[in-house]
Amino acid sequence: MPRRDDIKKILIIGSGPIIIGQACEFDYSGTQACKALRSDGYKVVLVNSNPATIMTDPEFADRTYIEPLTADSLRLIIERERPEAVLPTVGGQTALNLAVELSEKGILDEFGVELIGAKLLPLKVAEDRRLFKAAMQEIGLEVPVSGFATTYNEALSLLEEVGIPAIIRPSFTLGGTGGGIAFNREEFEEIVNRGLSASPIHEILIEESILGWKEFELEVMRDLADNVVVICSIENFDPMGVHTGDSITVAPAQTLSDKEYQRMRDAAIKVIRRVGVETGGSNIQFALNPMNGRMVVIEMNPRVSRSSALASKATGFPIAKIAARLAVGYTLDEIPNDITRKTPSCFEPTIDYTVVKIPKWAFEKFPEASTTLGTQMKSVGEVMAIGRNFKEALQKGLRSLETGKGLLDEKIDRERLSENLIQPNPHRLAYLFHALSHGISTERIQEWTNIDPWFLQQLKEIVEMGALIEDQTLGTISDKLLLRAKQFGFSDLSLAQFLSHKQRCTEEQVRQERKKRGIKAVFKRVDTCGAEFESFTPYLYSSYEEEDESEPTNRKKIMILGSGPNRIGQGIEFDYCCCHASFALKEAGFETLMVNCNPETVSTDYDTSDRLYFEPLTFEDVMNIVEAERPDGLIVQFGGQTPLKLARELAAAGVPIIGTSPDSIDLAEDRRRFGKLLAELGIPHPQNGTATSVEEAKRVAAEIGFPILVRPSYVLGGRAMVIVFDERSLEGYMESAVEVSHGHPVLIDKFLEDAFEYDVDAMADGDVVVIGGIMEHIEEAGIHSGDSISVLPPIMPNHLDTMRRYTHQLGKALNVVGLMNVQFAVKDDQVYVLEVNPRASRTVPFVSKATGVPMAKIGARLMVGARLRDFGITEELTVKHCYIKAPVFPFSKFPGVDTILGPEMKSTGEVMGVAETFGIAFAKSQIASGIILPRSGVVFISVNQNDKRHAAKIGRDFSNLGFHIVATRGTADVIKQGGVEVEFVYKVNEGRPNIVDLIKSDRIDLVVNTPLGRDSFFDERGIRRAATQYNVPCITTLSGARAAINAIRALQRENLDVRSLQEYHQGVVASGRE
Amino acid sequence: MTMQSILALEDGTTFSGSAFGYKGEAGGEVVFNTSMTGYQEVLTDPSYAGQIVVMTYPLIGNYGTNGEDLESERPHVCAFVVKENSAIYSSWRASESLDSYLDRHCIPGIAGIDTRRLVRHIRETGAQRGFVSSGRALTPEQAVDRALQVKPMVGCDLASDVSCQAAYAWPGPKNARHKVVAYDYGIKHNILRLLAGHGCEVTVVPARTSARDALAMKPDGVFLSNGPGDPEPLDYAVDNIRGLVGRVPVFGICLGHQLLGLALGGRTYKLKFGHRGGNQPVKNLIQKKVEITAHNHGFAVDPDSLPDREIQITHMNLNDQTLEGFRHRHLPLFSVQYHPEASPGPHDSLYLFDDFISLMNEHKER
Ligand SMILES: Nc1ncnc2c1ncn2[C@@H]1O[C@H](COP(=O)(O)OP(=O)(O)O)[C@@H](O)[C@H]1O
Ligand SMILES: Nc1ncnc2c1ncn2[C@@H]1O[C@H](COP(=O)(O)OP(=O)(O)O)[C@@H](O)[C@H]1O
Ligand SMILES: [Mg+2]
Ligand SMILES: [Mg+2]
Repeated sequence: MPRRDDIKKILIIGSGPIIIGQACEFDYSGTQACKALRSDGYKVVLVNSNPATIMTDPEFADRTYIEPLTADSLRLIIERERPEAVLPTVGGQTALNLAVELSEKGILDEFGVELIGAKLLPLKVAEDRRLFKAAMQEIGLEVPVSGFATTYNEALSLLEEVGIPAIIRPSFTLGGTGGGIAFNREEFEEIVNRGLSASPIHEILIEESILGWKEFELEVMRDLADNVVVICSIENFDPMGVHTGDSITVAPAQTLSDKEYQRMRDAAIKVIRRVGVETGGSNIQFALNPMNGRMVVIEMNPRVSRSSALASKATGFPIAKIAARLAVGYTLDEIPNDITRKTPSCFEPTIDYTVVKIPKWAFEKFPEASTTLGTQMKSVGEVMAIGRNFKEALQKGLRSLETGKGLLDEKIDRERLSENLIQPNPHRLAYLFHALSHGISTERIQEWTNIDPWFLQQLKEIVEMGALIEDQTLGTISDKLLLRAKQFGFSDLSLAQFLSHKQRCTEEQVRQERKKRGIKAVFKRVDTCGAEFESFTPYLYSSYEEEDESEPTNRKKIMILGSGPNRIGQGIEFDYCCCHASFALKEAGFETLMVNCNPETVSTDYDTSDRLYFEPLTFEDVMNIVEAERPDGLIVQFGGQTPLKLARELAAAGVPIIGTSPDSIDLAEDRRRFGKLLAELGIPHPQNGTATSVEEAKRVAAEIGFPILVRPSYVLGGRAMVIVFDERSLEGYMESAVEVSHGHPVLIDKFLEDAFEYDVDAMADGDVVVIGGIMEHIEEAGIHSGDSISVLPPIMPNHLDTMRRYTHQLGKALNVVGLMNVQFAVKDDQVYVLEVNPRASRTVPFVSKATGVPMAKIGARLMVGARLRDFGITEELTVKHCYIKAPVFPFSKFPGVDTILGPEMKSTGEVMGVAETFGIAFAKSQIASGIILPRSGVVFISVNQNDKRHAAKIGRDFSNLGFHIVATRGTADVIKQGGVEVEFVYKVNEGRPNIVDLIKSDRIDLVVNTPLGRDSFFDERGIRRAATQYNVPCITTLSGARAAINAIRALQRENLDVRSLQEYHQGVVASGRE
Repeated sequence: MTMQSILALEDGTTFSGSAFGYKGEAGGEVVFNTSMTGYQEVLTDPSYAGQIVVMTYPLIGNYGTNGEDLESERPHVCAFVVKENSAIYSSWRASESLDSYLDRHCIPGIAGIDTRRLVRHIRETGAQRGFVSSGRALTPEQAVDRALQVKPMVGCDLASDVSCQAAYAWPGPKNARHKVVAYDYGIKHNILRLLAGHGCEVTVVPARTSARDALAMKPDGVFLSNGPGDPEPLDYAVDNIRGLVGRVPVFGICLGHQLLGLALGGRTYKLKFGHRGGNQPVKNLIQKKVEITAHNHGFAVDPDSLPDREIQITHMNLNDQTLEGFRHRHLPLFSVQYHPEASPGPHDSLYLFDDFISLMNEHKER
């Protein structure tokens, strides 16, 4: 069937901010969809609230709306743009839910818009577990015994049939939010209640537990001619009970015979047909009883998903791209396979390697959170690795995680070994290795973990290999054994560790010795067909085999190091920059090579760069590629801290690093050197020092005085960064800090209280420095820049010129070529430099969207010799409207965790609000991040001592807006004195009904609560927790309160409108092209 | 602990790896299979007689072997080549490891070579004769010599070797509705299971059974099975088929399809490296739908050689546009090059067995 011509304009809905369960895989799929549909000649209108995405670059759509993902703003967009169709299947659950809402509210019919990719009914059948269950039974497929409840009592009666343990899943929540497994009555009650409140329709599914069964996923595609193909099978290393997003997963399935596999394939095809997904990709999950092969269907996702991104990267089959084209009427046999060129996409990829995906968690940032893994996803990112066997892929994956730890040097709690194996948790793999290396049998471990013996055997073989190597030294080890070890995926670093038992040796020595013996990595291609056909896309992975297929060209080439797995503090923003570098340099005629190990990203799409190396970002793996490709330049500036950490070593190995020199990078990162530089330049910075021991730390602290801010060096996102008020806590900190900073010293700064914070992004060509944007933070310094709301342009003009001056001085002094980011704090009219990042920063995408100037592209060009003037950029960029970037937090995934912010970054994603005025822009940013500011109602105010003086004003403003005010005694008094009516309420420890009671009885619409310091800490936690639980917006800073007042005032006056970036940026010249 | 093993190709390329399965020697045509599952079905498919099979998926043996997933009583490949042979197996159905299964049936295996290099080599140079020596001390030169001594596949009748010696009845349903005579050129058991499953009482007859003897059994339909090697030399089979065409409904698969093609005046030719795997897209030109199909053939029927007035092309391969199926415009016969019985492979084409049943029904009515 040919493409549909009755459609001209298509609205694509993005997935919004990065949150747990919905990360940049949807930027990848959305970007592919945009590219595919436009190249097929359709007009594409895109809406996504997330400015850090590639898809929201103006050049990827005809109209790009960075607006809140709500039915209201989508209605406005549809009204303005009048698309004939909406494609909701590439924007995750967010887009699907919106699509359902839009059609149920009649908005689609009103404007005659058609859903393509998936219709309303299929979406409901797939999402509503009741309908789904019925559908499955209709086609003769089993599902776990289950029933629905809307009250605790209904739940109890269901418990009879289902039994303990029971799986509890709220309807219509993402990543299983609010769900869990109950192993006893008590847990049952707790989870049921949590689930009921988490579900938008107050309904939960209670389900027979099939914990311990094997879990599988199939990625299926269907076209309008009813052709159905299975793209990839995925087997979970962790059995049923651990969310696939938290499981180590493997492609293809390893332990299914053809009979079982075909049975599953048949079932998958039946499911997609019965659910009625007409075109596109679906993800179908199965569980298999390892005792007898009984197979049940777990769920289906009628859209591209995290797993389909993985499957695309694992097979080379671009699911989202094809899905988009199927949605407009093409059939699979009409679409050629990019990689083989000769053959069509209507086939089932076969692979001749093994792919392992490993999740990355961020529990270190939420110490109070339970680290037990269950049916609710908790990981923030993932890595993928490709090897010619499972062992190789697993070990490549492990080093891609950048834990800085070797195979056997995770901390192990010997007393609680079995517990740590039985109870799934982020360290289980380490415990498995430990158990195996201490002679615990695989049978025993299987009893504890239900992990398939085949996987345990693979781990055992790795452990045994380790033991073999331990008996050797670099001198004695045979070529054969050394080669075998490399084929098992051992890195030179871990080999050095194992070989050092008898006689010390270093990674470098192992490397040299290995090369001397001719044991070198070769590169194989991912080609979708197991080498049956020639492949035309250089999508490569390393392995220790005989034949190399990299076929490097002799073009001028630039290699770009990506940012590895998403984590809090280093996420999609850096992938955005890497992709832009690649786009810009391609345009400039270079061959671009991308190196990354994150399957979710656009950077690991094989058509983003000329050549893709899907490899870990370690010195060894990068050098292997460098030696094969001999790039003319290598970029470490765009991948965040990951490549930056490698800069020195790579430079020492003679790799041509372009842009800001590794020495300048070190100068900026090394506090001692940096301090000296600032002194020379006469730029003030918070008094500071460094320490490698408790004693030293105390000395420094005494010298600069408490409060101080302590942190390890070379970390991003304020990792392990805390404000310390006294010696006792300082000691405690030093103990733990050493681990995170791996030998690097601990940094100590004078903590500037109530200081304003600013972020500056600039471009420099080694000669001229031009500022891209100065962002003012709503929250005061002390709250991580990544967690504060930032405003562009700044509100307070006072000190901007000083910051400009400092920025230029620093850019020159550091000889920056490319991008740089400076953070300032202003206290008592004194401007301090907090830090300089001689690299692309988290805010580059935001500033680029706000100014309309693609800073990362230009930065990349500067690194290869272009000058700023070549782009017509001579002075500071300007913005015409008000752009606000607001963070999004994962607190709802970690029940019980305090939501208070600090110098350690906790947000997973961001949204942008843009409008003519600050008020509306701020309101938009809040709505986009899921905070619904009330236009009227009751506000609770409770502020700390030094905020008291401002309380009166805040109170007055709220009452002028018509709010009724409730406050705790101290605050209430101040507000009364200001002549404003206020209702007094008890603190939690004062009596009842207290404020938490009010929140729980829905009396409060907004909470303003600034932390009172450590004493009454617990009281406040109660308040904030209640607020999160009953999702009442909770503001924890005065500046935040002021902004909210501003926004509410605006909301009362005018309605929100929408406008596209293209409209905002009409007339912006610089485009990254000369 | 692991014994050395060598694989040599006639063009002088050699690979050294480690021995598994039976410690011995074997020569044959080296071909690769791209299925990621189903190695036991591949091993026992008689169509692989005379061939050394390389699996492109590197990890083989993971789920062991069992007593059910057999396509004939014994393995027919001459030797088996894998990247990594699993040290253990994990499956509730498994009864034996691949290693001991091969050993028991005297099939030498070689593991640990760069199988992708081998596959790419075959892709570029075409199928070649090869020789595997497991656990014997052969020099590469000697191994290459032995490869050159292997009998070429073109022109030799392998079907007779693997065909049954005497006719036998395949256990069918109680009240069978159709009598089918199945010519055994190396028939896969799953074809017989499916025919029985479709209500047929099946008599399996040797490859050389004459048309007269076959018709004497008064079958409602005749089935022409898959089988190894080159169809050209099987003139006896072609003659017999000529004697059947038009008299009784005929359904052919793989070699059976090629023989039917020859019987209808067509030509066959050898493909560069053949189709072997479970992911081949075949377009059903009548229903305009694509089936993902299982393949195992090194020869094909030349579509231009078939008389267009009589023969209608029904199936085509979307990867290389080779002929995958045809039917006669007037006479009750049809055949496909690929394997609707799957095993291993997808089940998309099972409908062809229903077609065979309907064809027999229609013919009865007349
Ligand atoms: N009945 C069950 N018994 C045990 N574990 C289950 C059961 N159902 C689901 N799970 C586990 O919970 C995880 C999430 O369930 P799923 O239905 O996939 O929800 P989501 O929409 O969050 O992916 C699954 O990956 C599986 O490991
Ligand atoms: N001396 C200081 N006084 C007050 N707040 C500070 C100080 N230094 C850093 N901060 C706060 O800590 C946050 C993180 O510090 P920063 O140096 O930016 O680390 P990162 O490298 O993680 O961005 C900053 O955004 C700022 O809010
Ligand atoms: Mg799921
Ligand atoms: Mg910072």
